[in-house]
Amino acid sequence: MLGHEKLEQLAEIALGHSKADQTEIVLRGTDTALSRFANNAIHQNIFESNVTARVRVILGKRTGVAESNDISPEGIKRAVDMARAIAQLQPENPQNARLPQPRAPQQIDAYAANTADCAPETRARVIEQICRPAAAQKWIAAGAFRTQAYELAVVTSLGTRVYHRGTRADLSAVIMNDAGTASGFASTASPDAREIDARAVAQRALDKAQRSLNPIALAPGEYTVVLEPEAVASALQYTAWHTFNALAVQEERSFVRGRRGEALFSPLVSVYDDGTDRAGFPLPFDYEGVPRQRVTFIAQGVAREVAYDTFTAQRDNVASTGHALPAPNLTGPLPQHLFLAPGAASQAELVAQVTRGILVTRFWYTRVVHPLHVMMTGLTRDGTFLIENGQVTLPVKNLRFTSSYLDIFKNTRAVGRETHLMYDERTEMSFRAPALVVDGFNFTGVTQ
Amino acid sequence: MKDLSARILNMAQMRGATYCDVRVVNRTVQTLGVKDSRVQEMVQQESQGFGVRVIADGAWGFAACSRDDYADVDATVNRALQNARASALTKTREVRLGQPEANKGVFRSAFKLDPFMVSMSDKINLLLKADSEMRRAKPKNVHLVTTSELVFVREEKTFASSEGAFIQQEIVESGCEIQALATNEAGEVQTRTWPWGRHQQTRGFEFVLEQQLVENAPRLTQEAVELLRADACPALDATTVILSGNQVALQVHESCGHPIELDRVLKQEASFAGTSFLTPEKLYHLQYGSEIVNLTADATTPGGLGTFGYDDEGVPAQRIEVVKDGRFVGYMTNRELATEMNLGRSNGTMRAESWNHLPLIRMTNINLLPGAWKLDDLIADTDDGIYFDTNRSWSIDDKRLNFQFGCELAWEIKGGKKTRLLKNPIYTGVTPIFWRGCDAICDEAEWVVWGTPRCGKGQPAQTIRTGHGASPARFRNVKVFSRS
Repeated sequence: MLGHEKLEQLAEIALGHSKADQTEIVLRGTDTALSRFANNAIHQNIFESNVTARVRVILGKRTGVAESNDISPEGIKRAVDMARAIAQLQPENPQNARLPQPRAPQQIDAYAANTADCAPETRARVIEQICRPAAAQKWIAAGAFRTQAYELAVVTSLGTRVYHRGTRADLSAVIMNDAGTASGFASTASPDAREIDARAVAQRALDKAQRSLNPIALAPGEYTVVLEPEAVASALQYTAWHTFNALAVQEERSFVRGRRGEALFSPLVSVYDDGTDRAGFPLPFDYEGVPRQRVTFIAQGVAREVAYDTFTAQRDNVASTGHALPAPNLTGPLPQHLFLAPGAASQAELVAQVTRGILVTRFWYTRVVHPLHVMMTGLTRDGTFLIENGQVTLPVKNLRFTSSYLDIFKNTRAVGRETHLMYDERTEMSFRAPALVVDGFNFTGVTQ
Repeated sequence: MKDLSARILNMAQMRGATYCDVRVVNRTVQTLGVKDSRVQEMVQQESQGFGVRVIADGAWGFAACSRDDYADVDATVNRALQNARASALTKTREVRLGQPEANKGVFRSAFKLDPFMVSMSDKINLLLKADSEMRRAKPKNVHLVTTSELVFVREEKTFASSEGAFIQQEIVESGCEIQALATNEAGEVQTRTWPWGRHQQTRGFEFVLEQQLVENAPRLTQEAVELLRADACPALDATTVILSGNQVALQVHESCGHPIELDRVLKQEASFAGTSFLTPEKLYHLQYGSEIVNLTADATTPGGLGTFGYDDEGVPAQRIEVVKDGRFVGYMTNRELATEMNLGRSNGTMRAESWNHLPLIRMTNINLLPGAWKLDDLIADTDDGIYFDTNRSWSIDDKRLNFQFGCELAWEIKGGKKTRLLKNPIYTGVTPIFWRGCDAICDEAEWVVWGTPRCGKGQPAQTIRTGHGASPARFRNVKVFSRS
């Protein structure tokens, strides 16, 4: 982490050196600490500090991009020269995107010093709160506690000058028996490490693990399911990617193409993306420096908007909603701050609505089978239970599903009132979601 | 590099490390992409830095930094030590590494054409030509999205340890992929990819030229379009399947490569990647597959994406037997866990994505050794079955037992002939039952070292490059169905 002033200085060096028509400098700094535990002890304990400069230059209808983590003045200039050389070497692209005009984002304080400065001894004490109760009852705990500080600056030759810094803390745990035949998962996340409640995570994971002993095998088929927030987050992630992405719509592979305004989903479901909401991990602008707008994808079951970056917005002659990934980006605009609006029911009330069904703690190894329908396959993991007559009764062997994630939002029968914050480091997406009751979820296999 | 690594080793030892190693890495990745006849991506990424791994108070600590001025080096060494001492607060045993590994050496991967010396213009023109060929085959009533990509990697790495190791390696990789995605008004989406996902090897630009991207491009569009109107793969509880070589490669990766990682077996990955059904009591005892199934973990396979000279603990690359005549006989190990399990010297599989990552046990080249069949003969020998080609989706449970794979296309086989194109094919099974049903493997003429450049593991997540030598193979009594 170098701070606002230093990042702007580096960006100015790059801009001053660039002779391109348009130039964009994206500077990202991260300090990541992560303590990983298994077999009731920390076995991996890391700290990583990195700063990268990504330079996009536009020469007429050509674009070149270079990235380097050599942030010396010479290194920054080399990256500019490399981007320019790359741009010069390519044929013209008639659809080459121009940089967006400057727009001022909200200033949001998302930085917690307690997270940024969290010492490894502190992380060890937090982890002990999970390992000790597990070991005391002859169970095995595994998991990770990460504390991360990050900063992002976007500076362009058109006048964009934006900076944001923030922090993330997230803790997850799997508690299992020695034979590996019973396990429970729990997690928590917050911008502020002081809000990480390790005892609650331990209690929840241990309770699920203990209740998972001696699971029964259920026959595959359609079941009503109570999906806990981790499973709902998986559905939000892939649906946002494949459905509420303007590029997917333009390429005719989104389910909502030509159907916006239609009541395609359950009236109980409202889904939106908001990079300025402090209930998530805010990042008030995207990787083009465009302020992130709140975009409503589903409003009480009705398909509404999709996310745009500058390229897709120029194609549709609309304004970017501030969902660009770092250029060049073949994925299209990506909602990275997803929310599913809560309902009114407690977890017990959700379960009470189910005569016969399955409670799912989380999904694992989810993969797209058919993008248009967001048809997915994956498995349940670390806490799968039978529900009978409104009560969780027996543990169930993990099940494979092959089912449309869109159908989750179509067939939602009830929405929980308690929401849970989650973060996926691979896609840098965060999710705040409640549990859902969903009818007709299709399980296609049973694990051994 | 020698000065920097010596300074770091000295600092760490003076401050109490009982073991220290340092990797200084400089990594360049060049990516070129074309989509729908237009250049979408021309990027060069350069990343450099160092990672320090120490043992202090009997526990591990690691820290990494992209900057190497004195203050940052000093702080990074201190952070590694502080992390180790914090780990020690929870330790249940002391870390032991077994015999010292004081190897010295130099390794450079072999190539004929340095991909970084081939002009970017030539590379992008190759992609534009392939894209043009894919688009030329497009019928009017089909919406087509065409993409193509080239990726080149150069990694220069210096490893030094407090045991006296000093190793320098330079590894060059080349990768490529072209894809045609066809959709119609009925909402059908079909994809054809060549060579498969992104194929990649530790070779030069000659690897890309050998893939004949332009020559294969029109066929991809034609097949994607044909798939739009093809019959769906039937649902059968038990049939015979023949998997293409690239699908065998992924099958090996998921159902053999991951479960033989000893860190998974010993629950070190339990919270994220999962564990393994190949628990220690199964070593030398489990009949993993039929007697014709022989698998190796071979970091010396020429051109393999998991080929190197030394791993990130300084242990020389090795070839080990994993499954011999169908019996499970070997794990991939590292120094600490090989010592803990009394398995002798590490077989050298510790690798990190880059300077900023901690080395983990990772697949090298997990190879299914070739059999004796010609593919044409194998099909002719199959009275009733389905041929699966090119992976489209993959999913397997956290113990690596229950899997489900979807492919881009399949062919019905009747009376020893390919009779009908089938869309949306999926097969599913249980790892040892599936491999015990393997009754034929094609020969060396069909054997390719497929590259899987995006294997994920660890927290923070790491992506590593692995290889899989494989040829087409036949499996009996497999459940198949269609996604639609």
